[in-house]
Formats: sequence, C-alpha cells, structure tokens
Amino acid sequence: MYVATKGGERAIEAAHAWLAEERRGDPAVPELSVAQIREQMSLAVNRVMAEGSLHDPDLAALAIKQARGDLIEAIFLIRAYRTTLPRFGASVPVDTARMAIDRRISATFKDVPGGQVLGPTFDYSHRLLDFALMAEGAPPPAPTRDPETANTAAPAPHVLALLDRDGLMEPQTDGAETPPDLTRSPLEMPAERALRLQALARGDEGFILGLAYSTQRGYGRTHAFVGELRIGRCIVEMEIPELGFAVGIGEIELTECETVNQFTGSKTEPAQFTRGYGLVPGQSERKAIAMSLVDRALRWEELGEDNTGAPAQDAEFVLSHCDNIQATGFLEHIKLPHYVDFQSELELIRRLRREAVAAAPQSAAPAAHSAPAPSSSPAPSSPAKGEAAE
Amino acid sequence: MGLLARACPARLAALCPDLPPFDWLRPPEIGAVMVRGRMGATGAPFNLGEMSVTRCALRLEDGMVGHAYVQGRDRDHATRAAVLDALMQGPRAPDLDRAVLAPLRRDEAARLEARAARAAATKVEFFTMVRGED
Repeated sequence: MYVATKGGERAIEAAHAWLAEERRGDPAVPELSVAQIREQMSLAVNRVMAEGSLHDPDLAALAIKQARGDLIEAIFLIRAYRTTLPRFGASVPVDTARMAIDRRISATFKDVPGGQVLGPTFDYSHRLLDFALMAEGAPPPAPTRDPETANTAAPAPHVLALLDRDGLMEPQTDGAETPPDLTRSPLEMPAERALRLQALARGDEGFILGLAYSTQRGYGRTHAFVGELRIGRCIVEMEIPELGFAVGIGEIELTECETVNQFTGSKTEPAQFTRGYGLVPGQSERKAIAMSLVDRALRWEELGEDNTGAPAQDAEFVLSHCDNIQATGFLEHIKLPHYVDFQSELELIRRLRREAVAAAPQSAAPAAHSAPAPSSSPAPSSPAKGEAAE
Repeated sequence: MGLLARACPARLAALCPDLPPFDWLRPPEIGAVMVRGRMGATGAPFNLGEMSVTRCALRLEDGMVGHAYVQGRDRDHATRAAVLDALMQGPRAPDLDRAVLAPLRRDEAARLEARAARAAATKVEFFTMVRGED
C-alpha cells in the first residue's frame, strides 16, 4: 500500500521539464512529426492501436512520440484517452472473407484458390542491417502485376472452409449475437471464448507470444498448423440508429490467423481438426499467430481434452495477466512511497532481532526459535515522510 | 455514405469546398465504435477493439436531413459527409454524383488497385522439390 505525500511540486515540475528536453533529444537533429511516425513506424503504431484497443493511427503516433518510443507507455496513453470517448455502438462483425488482401499464406496447402500472396513481409529478408537506410533516398518502386492475370482479383475464400466442406473440421459453435465486453463489465471466470478472444486481442504481444511458444514446447501442446494467415483491409459497417440500416463508416487493416490443430476425437466427437483463431488490428502476424495458439490451448475443456496444468490452458492465469496496462500499473506502483508499510516491517525485523539476542543466553540455538509473526504490525514510530493514510 | 466515410478528408474538401447553409441536429461529436469480429471468421461475434468515429446530423434549408458516421476525429469531414448525404436525397443528386462521388469512387478504386497490383506481384507458385534421403 502506498500513502499520500505532500511536497515535491517543484521537483516534479523540473522533472517534467527535463523529460520534455530528453524527449526532444539533440535540438540539432530535426524533430519527428506525428505524420512521420504514423507513416514510417507503422508496425509500432499498429501495436499501440491493437493493445491500446483504439484504432486511430494519428493518436497512436502521437502517443509514441509523447512516450519517447516506450510502446507500453504509449498504449497507456491511448487506453486513458479511449475511456473519455462516448460509445456510439458496435460494428457489424467484419467480414474477413471480403478482405482486400495484402498478404495471404497457408502452411497447410500449397495450392489454395486465390493463391499464396507474400505481401510486404520480412520473412525472406536477410536479418542483416541495411546501411543503405542510413542514407536518404527513395526506394525503387515495388513491381506490380495485373490481379486478373495473377488470379488474385476475386475475394479469397478462407482455406479452412475447404476442410470444413469435407467435414474434417470441427463445426463453428454458435454464440450470442451480442458478445460480452470486458471494457463494460469486469472479467469473471469462467470466461467464454468471446471474452477470451477480446482479452487476447488487446493483450500484450510479448506475453501472448511467450505463452504460445510454451504450448509449442510442450506446455499444453496443440500441434498447430497455420491453415491461413491473411493481412489486408476490411470495410467496417455499423447499423446507424437514425437510419435503421448498416452503412460503411470506415476501413481498418486486420491480421487474421486460423490454425488447424490435431484432435484425435473424444467420447462424443469423431477424429477431426480443431480451430484456433487470432484476429488483430493492423499488420501484426506474430501476435495473430500467437493469439490463435493460445485461443486453441484455452479451449481444452470444451473439446474434452486433459488439463495438463500448463499455464496456457489456465484461462484465469492467462486473462488476468495478459493486459500490459494492468500489469505495468501494479508492477510500477511498488516504486511509489511505501514508507509506512516499510516502517512497520523495519520495526518487526528489529524486534525479532532484539528478542533473539535477549533469548541467546538461555538457548544455544536461537535460530530454531521461530518467532510468530504478530497479527497486527506495530504502529510506525515516525514515518520518514508524508502523513500515514493507510 | 460508406464512400464518403472512407474518402480522404482533404480530397473531399477540395471536391466540395462550399457548403450550403444548414442547421445542426447534432453537432459533430467524437466517440468510439466497438469493432467486432467473428471467431473462426464465420462463428459467433466477439469484440475486437474500438475505433474513433465522428458523427453529426444536420438539416438543410429545404428540410433534407443528412447523417454522417465517419472514421477518425475530423469534424469537417463528418460535416461534409452529412451535407452530401442530405443533398443526395434532393434534386442535385445526379450532379453531385458526377462531381463528387464519381471522383471519390475513382480514387478509391485506384488506391485499391495499386495495392492489389503490388500484392499480385508477390503471388508465389510453389514447386515441391524431390525429397532427399535423410
């Protein structure tokens, strides 16, 4: 627990002023504009929008600038801003089958209708520093090809629908047309899949990645294949209350990952493939793949699998710890004044030592003397700073 | 309305610089819309995350009412979209379709084609090599 303290206003003001100077860096170097961050740091912008849970590239770029590139701090700024916005409603669920495809690959079939499209990927780049980027200059234009002759013009069907058609895929389960919303009501366990997907979509990329990796290494193994990974733009439509029908209100970039997972069947189900699903705003395939692996691991119960005690199978563990703003808030709060708490601990340690010393002449083994912890800590003698208000 | 919402605000302002007089029914307001996805792309919906949206409603002098729900936080963009929504219900609709909406449609088509052409150039044909002994 921390306590309210008074004083330090001047120190805080000076700290803020210095922070602003450090943020700016060497004034001899041109200042970054928000538009430059938005256009040239777009994957950082995407991450801030996804985990900040608000799609607004300009604000995400501003947050990155303000946070000096600390993405979790930037996500915090976006989360704080989004709480100030009135909610106009919810969109019609985006139709990813109608996505304007930038990238679409399948690790399960090489010949998929519509083909495999690499898009602007790092996958086949050498991980060698490109010193040409230190020099200024426009890149050569990317080659183009007529989508009609390449056979990529039509909307690409989902790869998993092919398995679905043959009955080898678990059927989609129905759910409420109005899904639960963890930004409107507190997270309660057990959390249904819609709630878990919402939490994972806004969860920390690093945490979700680590959990997904743990399932690959055997902690809740699900044998995932990337059935399809697609990145592109989807139109967002919303039912307008004044009009009574849905209209397009914008367009967002999305990354979608569908995994195909081994499932040997259970008492009630024949052997079939099962699904893991990842959907993330922006171009963020690491997060989308990780999300689909963790989604699948969390589905052990509905699929009648064993709980192996793996962290990725534990919905309460995953959902309670995947939010980096909650995590960093609680983690970083321990640097705030804990003077009173600490005074009581200090008092306790001193008393235990006094008692041990006093008992030493009578007993040869003072260490065996297990002092019971007092049920109520002694009152602090004098807090170093600040008035106690615990 | 979708076309107006997706249009580049600067381009829309250039195509439609002067707005007729109108009364606000709801002045531009910035808020959020929860974007939903479907689990497994086709299953039950879930909440993905919000997007910023500006909305407004207005009435022209001839009584026509226009609405706008536009991605982002640009009040002018929402205002122009609502004015055009109202005008498109009146006698000037064919003129405006030619002067404003048709260029926006061409812009959007060009933007989509430019990306689609780059994507098409990265389409791969896989060859499975003969598997070696291992």
